[in-house]
Amino acid sequence: MTVSLREGWTVLHGTLFGAALLLAFAGGLAGLYGLRPEWGAAPKIEKHILGLKIMVWGAALIAWGTVMTGTFIVYPWYGAAAPMSAEATLSPYDRLLANPVTADWNNFGMAWKQHVGWLAPIAATVVAFAVTYYGPQLAKRTDERRALMVFFVIAFAAAATAGVFGALLNKVAPIG
Amino acid sequence: MVTRPVSSGLPNGPVAAALIAGGVGSTTIGIVTLLTEANASVANALVWYAPVGSLSGQIGIGLIAYFASWIVLHLILRGKNVNFARATTMALLLLVIGLLGTFPPFFSLFAGK
Repeated sequence: MTVSLREGWTVLHGTLFGAALLLAFAGGLAGLYGLRPEWGAAPKIEKHILGLKIMVWGAALIAWGTVMTGTFIVYPWYGAAAPMSAEATLSPYDRLLANPVTADWNNFGMAWKQHVGWLAPIAATVVAFAVTYYGPQLAKRTDERRALMVFFVIAFAAAATAGVFGALLNKVAPIG
Repeated sequence: MVTRPVSSGLPNGPVAAALIAGGVGSTTIGIVTLLTEANASVANALVWYAPVGSLSGQIGIGLIAYFASWIVLHLILRGKNVNFARATTMALLLLVIGLLGTFPPFFSLFAGK
């Protein structure tokens, strides 16, 4: 029961970071939605805001880690940037394009995933900054909170799109 | 965007700046993706890190645009209150442009190579 170096990095990028991202996004969104203006300066809001900051910064940092490992470690092994391999074992990119039936996994799936995934850490960082900046005042800032929730959902959707296609691509043309 | 004097509570300028900067970063990634598809010279120029190919330059330019616009907008809008609805609309519009630009059926319409 061994895991190769490439498989290990792919698992870290997709499964471990992906699961953590899911949790952090869920916690962050629940935290944003659950803020109540009537809490005012109540002690419980300080605890709530602390938990919210942990979740949104966690989501942002994990999202950055996910895209960095994906783009600069795993993607080179996918082989899209390398010349056509002359070796007996083709790269996942070569294998997908060699068959018209599977070509769209690269032309649509990977093409979308490798770009849209980067919108997740950008949008999540915006939310994390705003939560930190406003702190407990965010409970009374309904308009700002609504805007942040929209941004956070878009960040999640971008991450989810990249994650789903990544999982499916690794099934069709595994790295490692 | 109308700027008003700072009222009680924190001004919303810095958050508006962050939102719009996020949109600028996303749009930039979308536009650079389109340009890469449309022109082989652009694609070659964006190979900043060979193992990643032109994706490295696309993302690099997008991130530079994101952080640079955030710094500039923050310096302009700090301490100010802005029309937050307008700022949000602008940010979301830019985000949607970025999402569209990174969607393969759309950017492949510009394929020139």
